Amino acid sequence: MLESYLPIAILLIVATVVCLLLVAVGTIFGPRRKSFRKGSPYESGMQPIGPGTRRMSVRFYLIAVLFILFDVEVIFFYPWAVNFRALGLFGFVEMLVFVGILLVGYVYVWRKGALEWD
Amino acid sequence: MSNQGFVDLFPLLIGLCGVLFTLGVIGVLVRRNAIVIFMSVELMLNAANLAFIIFARALNQIDGQIFVFFVMVVAAAEVAVGLALIVTIFRTKQSINVDSINSLKG
Amino acid sequence: MNLQVTSTDYLSILPPTILAVFAMLVLVIDLFVKPERRPGLAWLALIGFVVAGVAAFALINQRGTGFHGMIALDPYAQVLGLVAIVAGGFTVLTSFNYVRDRNIGRSEYYALLLFSVSGMVLMASANNLIIVFIALELLSIPLYVLAGFARPDPQSEEAALKYFLLGAFASGFLLFGIALTYGALGSIDLTVIAAKIGQVGSSPMLLIGAGLILVGLGFKVAAVPFHMWTPDVYEGAPTPITGFMSVGAKAAGFAAMLRVFGYSLHAIQADWVIIVAILSAATMIVGNIIAISQTNLKRMLAYSSIAHAGYILMGVASANQTGMAGALFYLLAYTFTNIGAFAVLTAMARPEGENQTFPAYRGLYKRSPGLALMMMIFMLSLTGIPLTGGFIGKYYLFLSAIEARLYWLAIIGVLTSVVSAFFYLRVIVDMFMREAEPGQEVKAVNYAPLNWTINLTALATFVLGVIPTSALALVQLAAKLLMGT
Repeated sequence: MLESYLPIAILLIVATVVCLLLVAVGTIFGPRRKSFRKGSPYESGMQPIGPGTRRMSVRFYLIAVLFILFDVEVIFFYPWAVNFRALGLFGFVEMLVFVGILLVGYVYVWRKGALEWD
Repeated sequence: MSNQGFVDLFPLLIGLCGVLFTLGVIGVLVRRNAIVIFMSVELMLNAANLAFIIFARALNQIDGQIFVFFVMVVAAAEVAVGLALIVTIFRTKQSINVDSINSLKG
Repeated sequence: MNLQVTSTDYLSILPPTILAVFAMLVLVIDLFVKPERRPGLAWLALIGFVVAGVAAFALINQRGTGFHGMIALDPYAQVLGLVAIVAGGFTVLTSFNYVRDRNIGRSEYYALLLFSVSGMVLMASANNLIIVFIALELLSIPLYVLAGFARPDPQSEEAALKYFLLGAFASGFLLFGIALTYGALGSIDLTVIAAKIGQVGSSPMLLIGAGLILVGLGFKVAAVPFHMWTPDVYEGAPTPITGFMSVGAKAAGFAAMLRVFGYSLHAIQADWVIIVAILSAATMIVGNIIAISQTNLKRMLAYSSIAHAGYILMGVASANQTGMAGALFYLLAYTFTNIGAFAVLTAMARPEGENQTFPAYRGLYKRSPGLALMMMIFMLSLTGIPLTGGFIGKYYLFLSAIEARLYWLAIIGVLTSVVSAFFYLRVIVDMFMREAEPGQEVKAVNYAPLNWTINLTALATFVLGVIPTSALALVQLAAKLLMGT
């Protein structure tokens, strides 16, 4: 069964070779003229200010966590949607209860002001 | 994947789960950064998830895959709480190194 | 596919559902009432505990399973569920003035408490390992937050982080153990596991899985060598929450452990009894010996709670009905005793300082005789002196070890109990026979709900010690029905 990996191996080899080749061609034949502008991190932009690992506002984190929490719950919709007909009215009501619980969480987050940026 | 292929690979796949889980355990034990420790815990959970899926395939059941859904949701909730705790402690201590968090001793 | 949902299904999850609904009510009502009326929501939480308690009590004679065998509906589940509900209800009563004085009395405190207890109750009735995992997380995640609720107090934050990291670590072990069990047996339904093991016996993968489950639950109940987090977390967390954690999380951990090992893996007990017995012995020895050298009462009770996990593990190791009934009774008695002891600690704590060192307790009898008297009952029960609930529990656990021919374990149990008398009686000596140093006369808080808790738990501790008949009958019935002989 290892032969089924052969196309992938060929692809990997071709990709590696092409990459190396292109870089090599550029380095060998290309002209090289160094200048201050070219050496800066962004040739046509602002000079970066401060260290690269600048701290982010904690609000980004809050939004991200809220997103993950509500996003992951959607996982349960997929099996339900696939079996919607088989589950019938009972499944529908169960899902309404589930969404209702999520809504409680949403109302809580909203009223607590976690969705406000300022 | 063909069934025969899966049967051939099965020991390797279970071995992979074991290795991932062990890496997670070692990570928790040797790393000192709270975030990295937490990532190692997630690795342990995901090793278990992978094991569930592999066993579900081997047993020809769908149950194992459903368990993974629940584990993922629970893990997300844990992430939210865990990161919140880490942020809070960073605000007071300006550090998340578990060695510098040691005001309780006895 | 059979999708019929019967009333048994709903009955089986009734108590945890009630708790979760009340938790959500507390959260939502908090958003829409005036800030000055919010402390009243604590009473709503208390009503939630009472309603759930009544529901659990009404279900105590029901038998069956719900949701295709996922949830068990049996006396065992209701007894341990009631333990968690009682612990939660008393914690609300002890928290009132503590959270108010420290300005941490947000409604979320009570909502999290309700959620955590709903997880514990679910754990008691879990009949499928994935429910065990979900219930474990449902009870742990709110506890992580509650442990850090006194923020920005650095000790509380630190307790929360430590509890969180080690708790998550433990759930990783538990989950991997569940995955391996699933691979070994093709099912994680505890009833199916019990039936299958009878046919196929044990296998290396199953034993590794069971071992990892034991590690995961061992962390939760604070068994040696998985106890490192306990003293720090117990010391740093808000005092009422410490009392709640020491009782509720332990009851839930043992609920799962007894059901998995005492019932599902009972057929292969030859493979695990010795390991659990060694854990039990190590836990009793380490917990009791380190407790001697503690100078802080909260820390001393943390080590004492480790030691008590060892006694209950003895019931697991015995793997017989006496052991299971003994463990259930012990958990019941321990709940009242420890909640009461921590309520006394809460009464001693002032916003200016926690006052949990032994000198703060000197001469307490002169300052508040009632409080000192109740604390004496709790300390005697923790030691296991006759006429208290702790004695009956210990008696049955030792008896079960002897029945299981684990004589050495019973001897270690008795010896460590004698050792434990040293540090429990020291509190009594300090309270009754020694004078407080000048300037150290700590005045205890006198607050009605706190006093109710202390008096009621002391009464329950005493009643369980003097007339334990009906409680014993109940736990024996629960053990008999679960172990099925």
